[in-house]
Amino acid sequence: MRHLMSPLDLSVEELDKVLDLANDIEKNPEKYAHKCDGRILATLFYEPSTRTRLSFESAMLRLGGKVLGFSSANSSSAAKGESVADTLRMISCYADICAMRHPKEGAPLVGSMASQIPVINAGDGGHQHPTQTLTDLLTIRSMKGRLDHITIGLCGDLKFGRTVHSLIEALVRYEGVRFVLISPEELRIPDYIREDVLKASGHEFLEVERLEDALPELDLLYMTRVQKERFFNEEDYVRMKDFYILDKAKMELAGPDMLVLHPLPRVNEISVEVDADPRAAYFKQARYGVYVRMALILSLLGMGVELC
Amino acid sequence: MLNVGQLSEGVVLDHIKAGKSMTIYHDLELDKLDCCVAIIKNARSNKMGRKDIIKVECPIDTLDLDILGFIDHNITVNIIKDGEIVEKKQLSLPKEVHNVIKCKNPRCITSIEQELEQIFILADPKKEIYRCKYCEEKYRGSRNK
Repeated sequence: MRHLMSPLDLSVEELDKVLDLANDIEKNPEKYAHKCDGRILATLFYEPSTRTRLSFESAMLRLGGKVLGFSSANSSSAAKGESVADTLRMISCYADICAMRHPKEGAPLVGSMASQIPVINAGDGGHQHPTQTLTDLLTIRSMKGRLDHITIGLCGDLKFGRTVHSLIEALVRYEGVRFVLISPEELRIPDYIREDVLKASGHEFLEVERLEDALPELDLLYMTRVQKERFFNEEDYVRMKDFYILDKAKMELAGPDMLVLHPLPRVNEISVEVDADPRAAYFKQARYGVYVRMALILSLLGMGVELC
Repeated sequence: MLNVGQLSEGVVLDHIKAGKSMTIYHDLELDKLDCCVAIIKNARSNKMGRKDIIKVECPIDTLDLDILGFIDHNITVNIIKDGEIVEKKQLSLPKEVHNVIKCKNPRCITSIEQELEQIFILADPKKEIYRCKYCEEKYRGSRNK
């Protein structure tokens, strides 16, 4: 039985196959509409999330399966003091696979160690969010036709943004990827990503503060939201939240094929006027998120890609 | 030098950094042993200037050498039989350490579920970096440094 805690749990070959399966699901949805008849996905969400939870639920429903779960710690037995391990022992009796989000880092791993069913990490604090990374990779590969030899700009909260950390870790496995890291001084990429991932892999990277300077050379711009919940101090959040706003004028500095991605939800870092630009790919990205979760659910249940 | 009775059977932990013997005494849980344990602090050493030594009258397998290797892999472990050193064991950094150090990341699951085993995994032997198994928070270097 396999779990998914980090995007790196999948080898490059396994990942390619999962993305192939996701593309096939996109093209032939009817072929997969009853693959999970009689199967149940449990969504254990200890902190609020609309997008990820609904994406998982949509994925299972589109496969013909059913869904149960909770959407905040207050409506679960965690409020009564139940441990994560005990919750997973119980859920193993009720469902066939589970997606778990928890504010504490490593909670899904603790759950997987006690679980009798595959566990997917649906986000654990500032640590990992592997299905967002799979979504990003599927979007890039589907819309750019490749994952190698690209210049990607990552903009905004690079310090606490787990999607950014996971995406960098996933992309350094491909040749010729160049990173432009765009952030204010206070929200720069953590040392361990700079030293242990970027420098260790030998990939070219550049750290800049002005988005305008980076835009002309990018194949992809990955925007992120400054997340209020990651700050201990309200004052710091207020100072940082409007640092980058991508608008129509800035988009004119970018190349005609540059794609804009965003893990969503967006607040004000991408102006709504950009939505009509054909280079704005963030809503398509949300659609790819469902396909890749469908491919992952099938594979972890032994009905898709064979995972060693 | 102060003379402490010679061991006929047991283990001598030599070249302990001066002042660290009590930490090792607690981490190896020597207080729970029934046998004779001698701690020598600030002994003169040509190599180190000053050092600590622990003599334990017990079989080698009573001691957790993984913990000792994690604390300081430069400690010399001498196995004594019939009053003679019969073996010197080299310590190495263990691949995993359990319940020796605690994760300091306030966002780690171990901060709220305190019955969980504290597990650190050796991530980079060259830099002596351990990471929490759950949240991957870095713990750099052995405890003795």
